[in-house]
Amino acid sequence: MSGRGAPGCSRGLQLALLLVPLLVLGVLPRARAFEEQPGSAHGESQGFQVVTFKWHHVQEPYIIALWILVASLAKIGFHLSHKVTSVVPESALLIVLGLVLGGIVWAADHIASFTLTPTAFFFYLLPPIVLDAGYFMPNRLFFGNLGTILLYAVIGTVWNAATTGLSLYGVFCSGLMGDLNIGLLDFLLFGSLIAAVDPVAVLAVFEEVHVNEVLFIIVFGESLLNDAVTVVLYNVFESFVTLGGDKVTGVDCVKGIVSFFVVSLGGTLVGVIFAFLLSLVTRFTKHVRIIEPGFVFIISYLSYLTSEMLSLSAILAITFCGICCQKYVKANISEQSATTVRYTMKMLASGAETIIFMFLGISAVNPLIWKWNTAFVLLTLVFISVYRAIGVVLQTWVLNRYRMVQLEIIDQVVMSYGGLRGAVAFALVVLLDEKKVKERNLFVSTTIIVVFFTVIFQGLTIKPLVQWLKVKRSEHREPKLNEKLHGRAFDHILSAIEDISGQIGHNYLRDKWSNFDRKFLSKILMRKSAQKSRDRILNVFHELNLKDAISYVAEGERRGSLAFIRSPSTDNMVNVDFSTPRPSTVEASVSYLLRENVSAVCLDMQSLEQRRRSIRDTEDMVTHHTLQQYLYKPRQEYKHLYSRHELTPNEDEKQDKEIFHRTMRKRLESFKSAKLGIGQNKKAAKLYKRERAQKRRNSSIPNGKLPLESPVHNFTINEKDLELSDPEEAPDYGAEAGGGIEFLANITQDATATDSPSGIDNPVFSPDEDLGILSRVPPWLSPGETVVPSQRARVQIPCSPGNFHRLAPFRLSTKSVDSFLQADGPEEQPHTTLPESTHM
Amino acid sequence: MHPVGFSAEPAPPKIGLSTSLPTQGIFRAAHPPPLAFSSDQIEQLHRRFKQLSGDQPTIRKENFNNVPDLELNPIRSKIVRAFFDNRNLRKGSSGLADEINFEDFLTIMSYFRPIDTTMDEEQVQLCRKEKLRFLFHMYDSDSDGRITLEEYRNVVEELLSGNPHIEKESARSIADGAMMEAASVCVGQMEPDQVYEGITFDDFLKIWQGIDIETKMHVRFLNMETIALCH
Repeated sequence: MSGRGAPGCSRGLQLALLLVPLLVLGVLPRARAFEEQPGSAHGESQGFQVVTFKWHHVQEPYIIALWILVASLAKIGFHLSHKVTSVVPESALLIVLGLVLGGIVWAADHIASFTLTPTAFFFYLLPPIVLDAGYFMPNRLFFGNLGTILLYAVIGTVWNAATTGLSLYGVFCSGLMGDLNIGLLDFLLFGSLIAAVDPVAVLAVFEEVHVNEVLFIIVFGESLLNDAVTVVLYNVFESFVTLGGDKVTGVDCVKGIVSFFVVSLGGTLVGVIFAFLLSLVTRFTKHVRIIEPGFVFIISYLSYLTSEMLSLSAILAITFCGICCQKYVKANISEQSATTVRYTMKMLASGAETIIFMFLGISAVNPLIWKWNTAFVLLTLVFISVYRAIGVVLQTWVLNRYRMVQLEIIDQVVMSYGGLRGAVAFALVVLLDEKKVKERNLFVSTTIIVVFFTVIFQGLTIKPLVQWLKVKRSEHREPKLNEKLHGRAFDHILSAIEDISGQIGHNYLRDKWSNFDRKFLSKILMRKSAQKSRDRILNVFHELNLKDAISYVAEGERRGSLAFIRSPSTDNMVNVDFSTPRPSTVEASVSYLLRENVSAVCLDMQSLEQRRRSIRDTEDMVTHHTLQQYLYKPRQEYKHLYSRHELTPNEDEKQDKEIFHRTMRKRLESFKSAKLGIGQNKKAAKLYKRERAQKRRNSSIPNGKLPLESPVHNFTINEKDLELSDPEEAPDYGAEAGGGIEFLANITQDATATDSPSGIDNPVFSPDEDLGILSRVPPWLSPGETVVPSQRARVQIPCSPGNFHRLAPFRLSTKSVDSFLQADGPEEQPHTTLPESTHM
Repeated sequence: MHPVGFSAEPAPPKIGLSTSLPTQGIFRAAHPPPLAFSSDQIEQLHRRFKQLSGDQPTIRKENFNNVPDLELNPIRSKIVRAFFDNRNLRKGSSGLADEINFEDFLTIMSYFRPIDTTMDEEQVQLCRKEKLRFLFHMYDSDSDGRITLEEYRNVVEELLSGNPHIEKESARSIADGAMMEAASVCVGQMEPDQVYEGITFDDFLKIWQGIDIETKMHVRFLNMETIALCH
């Protein structure tokens, strides 16, 4: 969705894309007409036909599929031009497209054959969107602002409905609207359906605006939770209208209020129950990984249907189902399933959204539903905007007395302006029965105008408005480990302070809830293995490691050398940290794979460097080439096999874990010594440097000539370098591993004592080790060959070293490069940078 | 990287408070206005203080054992310690007090006051720094002005001790990772023989840059009904 396409080209494409639906639509009616004849001729038996044209047979799904295709293609079309989509929200574009298509259909058919029916909307299009919203709801933010959200959702919606309806009625009584067959209850009914802020529209517009998260969650949360109010108000007034105004008693009103609580709490309860069920089910899906994602959708959808069946708030049900289950489901299902769920959900939601907006446009092209009453339409527009603003200001005034984070005037403006109406209102108004509500068509047309106005006009202008008002934007930051840790510490401190000062506050409640969750809920709803890894801090750590690793691998791939990524000798090296929390390789095969990539990453970098270098050094190149040809293969095959059986490395698991523990311990040790023994370190570093310098002077044999000389030697070095000095490992990987490792050693021989992928255990960090390492360095290894992303290599790496801070060491330097270069003789390659080698 | 000791930092302003204020009128803090409490809040806190101390004029560490909810807190000891930390009490650059009186209690509590909307940018910054300093002191248990790896690990281990499944080793590696992150954020590139010795307060501020601490680190000292409902 970047504006890559040249404007001219994109315009052409857009035109083409617009033409496609035209053609399709042009064909369809004809096809239908054509289809009639065989249908009538069907009675006579014509014998066996080789080819039959059975349009009727496929008509409905075919048309649906075509429409989805058209909508999706249109989306592609919009995004060809970055300019357009950055100014005009997609929802507005889709509505316009819908209007155009609707016009074409009308021109061809003269009946509005395609409209957004309430059934399709409520049963198929709305649930995915709301589920997506619930499942990816930032829970903490949501519950942190729940009070505010509820106030806006309940009081705000009632206020909007009442004031809009009453004001319209007032104007109607004044006679400004002319002669309409409308009563007070009809107006209130209309008010109630037009009052609710629409989640689909809000999401569509606000996602592109990027306001700060608090503002977003308030508007968005309101739009989700006001459904209960809307449903109740709508049902109540509809039944009142059916009853007739004079027959409504006080009891009915009380019933209405009671039903609000039943509908909202009941819907929430249904959602929570289904969330519980869903979490419980996913706990036991270990052996049916493939259908695991299906459960998420099916059970959530069932929660929606169930509460619809019980005439409770279905939106609330599915929202809360998503909100409550997300934590447990995400912990239970495998990573592939989680990815599947994520993408499927996003795809369904955004597809549904696309279709909704397009069909809103199409549905508007139907002269039969249009009934124009200027005063009514305009006044509705005015009233909903004005009362929304007034309501927001009043409620915020109350709220700000209790809120920690005050809602400023600017926020209030955005909130008022962001009160978009959408497809929910449209579907509700279409549901009205013309026999009961005499002016249904007026309501429908007004609703369409309101929806179009809010989505198109306000959607268009909200972005400039937000910019102009300088609303605090949301900043997308990478998750930081420190941030998470401090945040956690914070939560504990705050709850402790509340405990000490004897307050029962937000933190207190959160603390109690998390204790309850840990003690009971998680135990019931989470797998044993998941319980271990569910800690957020670990997750962030995990994520960060993965990110680093992936960028390393990507970099390696970009440079065309992944040869060394899959080297088991480095398994469990770098990323070991989360093999403890995620011990089951069976479960997390993706992560396992990734982890493997991760762990070998540094090797990859080395090899890259080596490659670049060897281009200069022909002799080297030839040797390495030979090595690669002859020695790498077995390893690769082994690796390939290994990853194919990614789900059954059980027997290796124990060993892997063992290795992990050992390397981890070592790593920590070295880190510790580096951290604490400062003086010692410096001494070691100096010593190391000196030795290195000496060696540099001594070594005159170019390394490329001797790579085959002593595999054993190389192997030990490699082992040492990579801190994989576990004795078990070499035998474990056996003969086939030997070649690869040896080769690696050769490739990275220059790494001598210096390269350590984990970045911590370089000689300087582990002074006790480096003498030993150095003594093992064969003299023929020219120190100039020390491989690590050199200065230049580092510059070429798109991601700055800072991004790799968890894998990369924190002792990166630039200065010493120069001194090193000066010190080196002619054999020194210009791009080698020894000092860094100490850290990578 | 220039480590800055705490002695070099200007001493935090002390809340102006005469000894027997608790029950009289508005509690006026001369210096950082955001840290002022209203008389209601002081009364309430005073009641709580007496409850904790058992009607004694001072609170000792043991008194905190009487708070049952605190027991589940993984970093309980660190928090309680913070109450007796001379640096937080503004009584010195290191060491722990044996007991604290109500005034000290209020001083500690004042770190958790929400930030007033009427404050200007400078005051907000000051307030922010104060809050962060409190946090920093909690990490820096030996008062040497930096959070060393060992100290950091300590905190992380305690933080994660609530989860029995997390092994000590993973907690440590997380601390290590965080430390590396901190180093890369604060120092960037380092000399090969340079060792990142620990997070100084300046570094700490850098790490917290962009994190909205003002809106996070506060407890509402009000009646509980309102709190339960709203944020």
